[in-house]
Amino acid sequence: MTTTVPEVRKTERPPTQGPLRARRGGIMSSTGLYLATGIATLLFLIPFYLLIRNSLSTDPEITGENWKFFPTDIQWKNITEPFRDTTVDFGQSLVNSLIVGVLHTVGTLLVCSLAGYGLARIPYRHANKIFYAILFTLMVPTAVTFVPSFVLVSSLGWVDSYRGLIIPGLFSGFTCFLFRQYFLGFPKELEEAARVDGLGYWGAYWRVVVPNSLNFFAAIATITFINGWNAFLWPLVIGQDPSAWTVQVALSSYMTNQTVNYHLIFMATAISILPLLFVFLFLQRWLVQGIAQTGIKG
Amino acid sequence: MSTTTTRDLARPTPAKPDKGRPRRGLRGNSTFNFWLFTGPFLIGLVIFVYVPIGWSIWLSFFEARFTVTPSKFIGFDNYRFMLDNGNFTGALLTFTVFAAIIVPTTWALSLGLAMLVNRLRFMRAFFRSVFFLPTACSYVAASLIWKMSLFNGVRFGLANTVIGWFGVDNIAWLANPDPPWYWLVIVSARLWLQSGFYMILFLAALQNIPQELYEAAAIDGAKPGWQTFRYITLPQLRATSTAVILLLLVAAYQAFDEFFNLLAKTTWGRPPLVELYYMALGQNQDYGAGSAGAVMLTLLICIVTLFQGKILGFGKGDESK
Repeated sequence: MTTTVPEVRKTERPPTQGPLRARRGGIMSSTGLYLATGIATLLFLIPFYLLIRNSLSTDPEITGENWKFFPTDIQWKNITEPFRDTTVDFGQSLVNSLIVGVLHTVGTLLVCSLAGYGLARIPYRHANKIFYAILFTLMVPTAVTFVPSFVLVSSLGWVDSYRGLIIPGLFSGFTCFLFRQYFLGFPKELEEAARVDGLGYWGAYWRVVVPNSLNFFAAIATITFINGWNAFLWPLVIGQDPSAWTVQVALSSYMTNQTVNYHLIFMATAISILPLLFVFLFLQRWLVQGIAQTGIKG
Repeated sequence: MSTTTTRDLARPTPAKPDKGRPRRGLRGNSTFNFWLFTGPFLIGLVIFVYVPIGWSIWLSFFEARFTVTPSKFIGFDNYRFMLDNGNFTGALLTFTVFAAIIVPTTWALSLGLAMLVNRLRFMRAFFRSVFFLPTACSYVAASLIWKMSLFNGVRFGLANTVIGWFGVDNIAWLANPDPPWYWLVIVSARLWLQSGFYMILFLAALQNIPQELYEAAAIDGAKPGWQTFRYITLPQLRATSTAVILLLLVAAYQAFDEFFNLLAKTTWGRPPLVELYYMALGQNQDYGAGSAGAVMLTLLICIVTLFQGKILGFGKGDESK
């Protein structure tokens, strides 16, 4: 008797869970579902597999005729190879990227969150006009204005400097917009309480609003860091001298180099992705939540 | 009601006598506070966004080679030059083809992935992570993998190895514009990189669809599958879809990294930004013509955005403030 119970349950479950059935049943059975997901997973992981395989192989094994799925002899010593290469200062480019990425993130959060709060909460006659002026910049992709931006930054003498790499990118209309939308939904009661305690806008912002918004800040920080780390066009334009290259520019230069050193290029690429994998691993919760939140909610 | 009265009572300060230090209340001196908060951002926005835009427009009416302080006003000649010059119009065409392919495919793939993941009962977080993971890669890194391993022209590329099993000859994926296999390389790279991000948006939207709608549909006799998808899921995703399409279009306009790295020295498959890059920062350093191109591109983006907004009703319901 007891042995039949699971079977009964199996058949009875769908009818008792109407909505689930409507959603999960239909054209795709559970097996088909997992089969499709499995195939998609394989396709999505192939590039990562190629990256890891090639970065731990010797060049003949990467370019050889008889293509093997696993390198016969894993070359762990490849890990140090990009740092010993003399044509491109890969270590320096990593340091540059790290400094630029961190300062870009901190600066963007500071400047854009303040502006977003001001626009959302502080009454001012022309606030609407200013808000539209910011919205307009969303339609003008910063990448399109890179020519005059470059001219401007070079006339300031900021080419090949951290200032040139970081400062022009801080004023993101989109990030400011996201903060404004977020603060509009922030519970007013908390700020009222701060007011009763005698705090001004500035005090209320730092002592009440920011500490209660850390989730959102973390989400935006993650996205901003990823964008900063992966940025290519602006660092390419600004980094005229190899000492100012970010890791993306360094990678790109490998591709156009005359001598192609496959295992080195793949190892360098793998190393360039590692910091973001860490970010993903530890901050994924905020990242996903933040993206979901920022995904314009209808 | 009760809350408003307490607020009104708390507003006049006599209830709370000054404690020596003058303070600005939440209502007091808001103009000063507004500028305190938004000032730094607005100054930066003016210097690093509005000034370049204005400068770009100004430069576009001058002959400006190797100089950014030009003296010779030439009216619309730069614009004429850019439009007559087949490279720029070709780049606009390239972009149009690219957008026409990449926007619908990303939309469909990311929605499909979201629906798959949403239906899973086990390991949902794991599969979500797998599809989201490529977001960690830069376009440069992806270009490297695509160009030097996946779609390499010779035998050791994975794609050529696989088609070799079926007796098909090696294909020079990037080295030849005819047939235009390079589109497959570029589109697949971008699909891989960006689908996970949009999948998250769709996933969030899917989870916000009230279950009652599906129940009601089941009572009305809608067959699960295509019918519920067509009449419930899709309309409920309308707002997200609109936003996704808009973001995809703008991202496609800004395509630079993968084209630059995958097709470095070729003359085909150049989108507008790559063209402008070579125009302004290449050997001629023609800032005037480059700026004219940038102005036209910006206008085009504005028109498309506004047009799309009108059609799809983007921004409706954002009547805050």
